[in-house]
Amino acid sequence: MKLLLQLSSTLGLLLTIIPSLLYFTGYVPLSVQQHLMLAGTVLWFATAPFWMNKKTM
Amino acid sequence: MSKNTVVNKLNSINEFEREPVPPSRLKGVKSFVGMYAGEHTAGTEFVIGPLFVAHGVSAGDLIWGLILGNLLAVGSWAFICAPISTSVRETLYFKLEKICGRNLVALYNVVNGMMFCFLAGSMIAVSATAVGIPFDIAMPELGDWLPTSLGWVITVFAVGAVITVVAMLGYEQVSRFANIAAPWMILVFVAAAFAALPELGVRSLGDFWQVANEKIWTGVPLEGESKFTFWHVMFFAWFCNMAMHIGMADMSILRYARKWQYGFSSAAGVFLGHFVAWMASGILCAAAAGSIAPGPIAYSAAGMAGAICVIIAGWTTANPTIYRAGLAIQGIMPSVRRWKVTLVVGLVTTIAACFPALVMRLLEFVAIYGLILMPMGAVIFVDVYLLPKFNLKQNYASKQGLSFYTAPAFAWLATLTCCLLLNQALGIDVFFLGLPGWFLAVLLYIGTSKMLQKQSSVSFEKVV
Repeated sequence: MKLLLQLSSTLGLLLTIIPSLLYFTGYVPLSVQQHLMLAGTVLWFATAPFWMNKKTM
Repeated sequence: MSKNTVVNKLNSINEFEREPVPPSRLKGVKSFVGMYAGEHTAGTEFVIGPLFVAHGVSAGDLIWGLILGNLLAVGSWAFICAPISTSVRETLYFKLEKICGRNLVALYNVVNGMMFCFLAGSMIAVSATAVGIPFDIAMPELGDWLPTSLGWVITVFAVGAVITVVAMLGYEQVSRFANIAAPWMILVFVAAAFAALPELGVRSLGDFWQVANEKIWTGVPLEGESKFTFWHVMFFAWFCNMAMHIGMADMSILRYARKWQYGFSSAAGVFLGHFVAWMASGILCAAAAGSIAPGPIAYSAAGMAGAICVIIAGWTTANPTIYRAGLAIQGIMPSVRRWKVTLVVGLVTTIAACFPALVMRLLEFVAIYGLILMPMGAVIFVDVYLLPKFNLKQNYASKQGLSFYTAPAFAWLATLTCCLLLNQALGIDVFFLGLPGWFLAVLLYIGTSKMLQKQSSVSFEKVV
């Protein structure tokens, strides 16, 4: 389960950064880039709190 | 949950305000990396980057100034603040009380708490620029100092209320939130900058340096703004957190570190936040035709994710800052629970956040704030490392039962007076005063300690 959450979080981070590179290189329009970044954001915050830094602090 | 349960839970949070952190509560390095990365990839980064653009920094000066200034800042955390924090393991305020006496620390705490309130206030304002986007609220611009509309004030109060409640829950919640948000946040900064580059005419990475020099960091300040050089950038990068490292405010955080070397974890914060994020926000500002309001400029490049990033970036810095302000004020009223103090601090901070001047003059405010608090960091440095070498007593006020020890008071006020004179009479910029000021404070405290402790021992011998 933890591995699945971590993979989902990683996907969230990739969706945050890669669309802007695709927009920069002309592969996707700005609106698609922004929607994908939002999806990445939702995925990150929906999964990261369940595995990240659970014991510390 | 009933009201009593909530109050009992808040009362049970022990942050070791007046005792050393026990070994069982020490934290691993990951906690500090996350904390620093979150804290220094903050809402203010969205403002500082654009202000460098407004002050006409050139691209080369910016990059080299940031690299060198950030290295010096990390060194200040690692070699000055962290070793003292891990040997003393007390809050800045409790340590100062033992050196300076209760009444002098009360004065310091008021000044310190006010500075933290204003700093946190600027971050609440930054978050509010993003929260206000869906409501089409008029955003403050570079020349605005007073609240611009009722909608702005309401937005600021809504953001301030949430941030205060989180800070009331203590350091653990703050740190956890910052740790989770940090990796995502820095990626949004980078992504937003990439998304803004085509707007400036950058079609490939090879175009970047030319566009950077011609359209972003042009070396020409906006009308009415002073010109910044390499030295401004370097000293600003070094001293923008002077209160935290040389001023020792991060004793409150680093006292939880297992080893002094964890001070190097500050590199995660400064090189992501004070290098990547400042450059990214400068690019966003140039792409938005010089607009300063962080919410709209991030939204235009990264959409909703950008706006959410501005909100969270403001949170992750405002939270620990309000927490620190709570600790500072609690030093004056140790019998009052920290969460109650934090509640009041949060209210004051939120009121301050209504004034956009806090954001628009952020560079000057950050420099002054560090300068005002720095001499007391020098006093702690002298107390821990130098007084024993001169056969002088450490923690003098505590040992002598003094409530106001004149030596640190004189060192503090005389240092600030000299800095003010250098600024007013010789026109030396506030960004450059921290370095001579620190050495002056060290010399003054050693000198006055020698005089006063000698007098005290002579009068004691006479009595005996």
